[in-house]
This record gives sequence, C-alpha cells and structure tokens, in this order.
Amino acid sequence: MFLSSNPQLNKHGELHHLLSIEGLPAAILWQILDTAQSFVGVTQREVKKVPLLRGKAIFNLFFEPSTRTRTTFEIAAKRLSADVINLAVNVSSQSKGESVLDTVANLAAMQADMFIVRHGQSGAPYLIARHVGEDIHVINAGDGRHAHPTQGLLDVFTIRHYKKDFRSLRVAIVGDILHSRVARSQIHALTTLGVPELRVIGPKTLLPSNVDNLGVHVYHDMAKGLKDVDVVMMLRLQNERMQGSFLPSPQEFFKFYGLTADKLALAKPDAIVLHPGPMNRGVEIDSDVADGSQSVILPQVTFGIAIRMAVMSILAGN
Amino acid sequence: MKIHIKNGRLIDPASGTDAQQDVFIAAGKIVAIGAPPQGYNANRTLDASGLVVCPGLVDLAVRLREPGFEYMATLESEMDAAAAGGVTSLACPPDTDPPLDEPGLVEMLKFRAKNLNQARVYPIGALTVGLKGTHLTEMAELTDAGCVAFSHADAPLTDTQLLLRALQYAATFDFPVWLRPQDAGLARGGVAHDGQVATRLGLAAIPVCAETVALSAILLLARETGARIHLCRLSSAEGIDMVRQAKHLGLKVSCDIAIHHAHLSEMDIGYFDPNCNLTPPLRSQRDRDALRAALADGTVDALCSDHAPVDDDAKQLPFGEAETGATGVELLLPLALKWAEESRLPLAQGLARITSDPARVLGINAGRLTPGASADICIFDPERYWKVEAKALKSQGKNTPFIGFEVKGKIRCTLVEGQVVYEC
Repeated sequence: MFLSSNPQLNKHGELHHLLSIEGLPAAILWQILDTAQSFVGVTQREVKKVPLLRGKAIFNLFFEPSTRTRTTFEIAAKRLSADVINLAVNVSSQSKGESVLDTVANLAAMQADMFIVRHGQSGAPYLIARHVGEDIHVINAGDGRHAHPTQGLLDVFTIRHYKKDFRSLRVAIVGDILHSRVARSQIHALTTLGVPELRVIGPKTLLPSNVDNLGVHVYHDMAKGLKDVDVVMMLRLQNERMQGSFLPSPQEFFKFYGLTADKLALAKPDAIVLHPGPMNRGVEIDSDVADGSQSVILPQVTFGIAIRMAVMSILAGN
Repeated sequence: MKIHIKNGRLIDPASGTDAQQDVFIAAGKIVAIGAPPQGYNANRTLDASGLVVCPGLVDLAVRLREPGFEYMATLESEMDAAAAGGVTSLACPPDTDPPLDEPGLVEMLKFRAKNLNQARVYPIGALTVGLKGTHLTEMAELTDAGCVAFSHADAPLTDTQLLLRALQYAATFDFPVWLRPQDAGLARGGVAHDGQVATRLGLAAIPVCAETVALSAILLLARETGARIHLCRLSSAEGIDMVRQAKHLGLKVSCDIAIHHAHLSEMDIGYFDPNCNLTPPLRSQRDRDALRAALADGTVDALCSDHAPVDDDAKQLPFGEAETGATGVELLLPLALKWAEESRLPLAQGLARITSDPARVLGINAGRLTPGASADICIFDPERYWKVEAKALKSQGKNTPFIGFEVKGKIRCTLVEGQVVYEC
C-alpha cells in the first residue's frame, strides 16, 4: 500500500496530487514549467484572469502559519477564477483536538475540489491524499522538513528564465539543508532536470547524513563551494536554529556562510542569487547582495504565481 | 483430561528431537513421548498428521495494555491473540499506566491473567518508580509478587549514577535487569533511522550512536556490577558487534531482537507508512542483515514480537505524530519460520529462538517437550500459507507493517497446561 505505487500519479501516469518532486518524471516537470510560461503572460495583462478553474472550490489548508505561500496560492487560484477558502487550521480545529483526517473529511464533505496543504509534520499531505476521494487533488505547500514542491518548481523556473539550459549549470545551495523542505525539493528538481553539478554548502550540524545520496557534492567551506557556480540558492535560517546546539550565534553563521559581495565574487560573474524568502538580512544574506544586480529574489515571487497556476490547472485537468 | 497428540512431527529444540512421535498428556503434564504409558486411555485424540508439534512459544515482549491503556487493547483481546499465535508464556514490559512499580499492580495483573486460563504471564517490573528514572522500586517485593526481571521499558533513563545503583542493587539479589539501549539525548525528537530514507523524507533522525553509546555504558556498568543483563530490541550492526564482543569476554548478557527488525528496514517506510514508526527505528538493510546473521549464530538469543497494539486514531496521523509500535504476537511463528527458511536453518533451530532460548532468558521452566514438563504445546501447519489481514487478527491492535504479507506457518492448536486454549 505504501510502496506499491507513487501516490502522486493516477493510473495513466499523470499528476493527480503534487506532494513531492521526488519520483516525478522530467516530462511532468517540463510540462509544469511550460504551462507556467504561458501563464506569465496572463499575470502581466491588465485583466489578470483566465476562466480555467471557474466553479472549483480550492481550500487553503494551513496547519502551520504562513502568509507568503498562502497568499501566492490564493492569488494563483483567483487568477484561474476558482473560489478560494482560506483556513488557518492551527488556530481553529486543531486547538480543539480535531484530528487532521477529521478536518479534511469535513471539508471534503463541503465539496472541495482541491486542498493546498501546509503542515509541520513531514508526510502529512500523503496522509491526507490517501484519505480523500478520488476526485480531490492535494497540493503540498510545505510539510515539515520534507518537501515544498511548488517552491522547488518556481526556483527552477527562475533559473530557466535566466540560464536557459540546465545541462551546463553548476548550482550551489547554501545554509540549513537539514531542516529545509525547500532544499530537498530544489535538489530533486535540479537533478531531475539534468543539472550536472549540484553542491550543498553548510556546517556539519545543518547537513543531513547521507545527503550525498541525493546526488549532491558536500562543501563546508563557502569559498570552495561557490567557486565558479552559475546559480547560488540561499536558504532561510529559522530563528530557532540560530543559537543553541546547531549554531553558536547568527553572527558566526553569517561570518562563515552568509552571502556577501566578496563571497559572491567567487562565483561566475553572471551568477544569479535566489532566496525563497522571507530573508534574514545579515544572517544568511547581506543586503548589498539581496538588493544587488545579481539577485533574482523578487522575480522568483512573481514566477511563483505562474507556477502555482500551472500546477493547479494541470491537476484539475487530469 | 488426557490428550493424545498423534502422528505429528515432534520438534523439541532443547533436546534436538525432530521425529514423528506421539505425545501423551495427563493432568496438565506430558507423561510420555513416543509410546503411551501403561494403561493410558485418552479422553481426546488430536490428529497432528502433517503438522509440527513443538513447545508453546515464549515471547519476551507482549504489551497487554492493562492497566491504563484499555482503549488500545484489553487483557482478554491480547491473551486471545497470544493463544492464536501459539504463545504459551509471555513477558510483559512494565510500560502500563500506572507502570508495574507496585506489588499490588503485579498481583492484580497475574491474577486477572490467570483467570483467563491462557498463556502464562511473566511481568517485568519497573526498575524505577513510575519509570521516572529517579527512585528504585522495591525489587524484592515485586519479585515476591511475581516479577521475573526489571526494566525501564522505553522510558528514558538519563541518570547514569542511578543506573549504576540499580544494577548494583539488582546484582545483590541476582535479579535480572532488562534494558533497551538508547541514549535519550541522542534520540531526542527522532522518529526514524538516521539514514538515507530519513534524509529523503525529512524525518527527524535517531542515529545508530543513540544505541551504541547507551550500550557501551550498560556493558561497562554490567562488568562493574556483575548484574545479569538482558538487552532488548537491538537494532544496529554496531550494537550487535558490541554484544558479541561482550559475550566473548564472558559477560553475563543476553539479547533479543524484534520480528520487525529481522525482516524490515528503513526502506519499508515507503511513503510515510505510520505502521513502520517503531521503537527502535527500522534501520538500514545492512543492519537488518547483521541482526539476522546474529540471530542465526546465537549472538542474539531470542526473537520476540515486541507486541504493541495501538488504536487506529493514534496511528492515522502524520508519521512523526503517530504512536510507535506494532501488533505482532500472532506473527511471531510465521516470521520466525520465514527467517529460518531464508537463512537455510533447520526448523528446530528456528524454533529454538522462540521457545527454549527465550525460556532460558526468562529463567523459566518452559519451552521444552519432555516427560514431566507442563504440557504447553503449539501445533502448527508448516506448509500452510496465509495472508496477514487486519480483520483476521485477534489482537485489538490492527497496526502492523506486515499487513498484506503472505506468510507460511499456521497455528492449528495451542495447549497450556494440557488444556486446549486455541484451535482452528
């Protein structure tokens, strides 16, 4: 039951839920990227709406607080003409002791067509996807440390926008890989799309064991890791990791792993800098770099809407 | 009641017997093997043609969930499950609510279990009051009440000084101490083996060193105190190596592994199967292979079910929030047979690990078929395949990663003290 088949795909091998990038064939990733490309035009028109999801009910089901991701999903759904219902479950039913599956069953009974799920526990969207009816689609909007597939997709979309061909790129992901669902999704997206050299850079306390099994090269020294890379992907350092047993202080982290103009100069001159936001300026990234000419952090946000529109419309069509 | 078990293939691992022989029972005891005693007239004859007749199974870890967790399972349901699994003697860990830290609780459990007339229940007493790791329990009183050993179950024991004193005190009276080696700090927050699956799935990890660091402390303190130690539920190749070495040096240690760790690995977590959220975590395939080899060469003394029925509500949760444990007492025999067959071991050796060997660990007179012994017997069909299905399990817990597995070896009849307690 749990090993037999990829729960994301229907029996025709099409995307039914988007739970993780791992295990998706490259063709599906290309389909999402190409569809998103067609939506970039829509988001730049004066009337930013298409009727693809008219009459569909999309539930933003956030068991963990989030403003940015929830908002971009909401905008994407509205641009597709869907009805969007926002639920911050962490402050309602969960505090009354209702289980995740009960919450979902109740919402499904309200004729939901799609759930956008964020949860603090890795794998929670899988649990939900296993228990919803066949006609309901689930999109993982971030689960624990496991995956944040739409973030991974918007990152590769951004990279494609600036760099065209994945097969000649050297990419570095920097920071707290251990706790990062974004990093895992980025790694799977980039390796699936054929990036030949993918590096992760961080202190040993913030790198998971066997991370090299994911197809990455491990660096602890920022200077070596950034040498000649085409793309620098910074990760957000969660406040609770900044001091304690993972790191002594945010200052020391910044000294060794913060992205400054000096360090960025080691990368290729035309290297781009990504960050999933929200940024900790002066902890993982210097303001000069965040606001500098190589930063593509704001375009990431714009493309994020197109990516989420693409994913929703593809799921609804399958 | 006189019962004659005829035409069966009798396997008694303790004596090395594996032959077609009849068993004659009277007044709860085996009175003869092979030929009937003079003047023997059976009240009942059980035809065991094509079946194996072996000692009733001895399971070193069966949670009966009473007192305190009756919503998960009851004594009745789990004793039924044990009988259906061919188990005639079982040890139950002290992790009840309240824990088995007072003689009254132990006496009540023994009394209630005895009234069911099924498997013999051997309670393991709590090593510290409330399993809180601060005060020693009244071990001598608990022994009088029926405890056969003392353990800390899966509760953290962080105070090494207290552990030293507990072992010294237990050694004074030669009480065995059962410990599951896990360093609480190193395991903190973790839900899966620190390996490639946890890395991929983003699950908080429990490293192998959580086991080996605790194990080295226990082994050093065992040498220091001379306490008799049984190590429960080993999970790693490194841990096994340490025990092998300790045994080689003559330390009084024994150990067991659970059926899950003998057959599954981290890979079986698949897409977050909460049934694979187990304590200790399922480790790598290399670890599993080392456990299986150690069970074959005798480094590991016994295979147990680590039976832990959990209600559905506590399992239908995201992996990291799901209650750990799996139901297993009904799967002990087929999974032992599967391991033995895959390891190309004789049936008798496979059965030893779930009969005479765990009986020796428990220090009880069970797990053998000899004239004069209590007639605790398991009769099973070694060739019969069956599919593990939730609704067919007697246990109230339906949670097991083996659901859907096709296993071989079906219990036909279980006898405790000459009484048929299960047959199908």
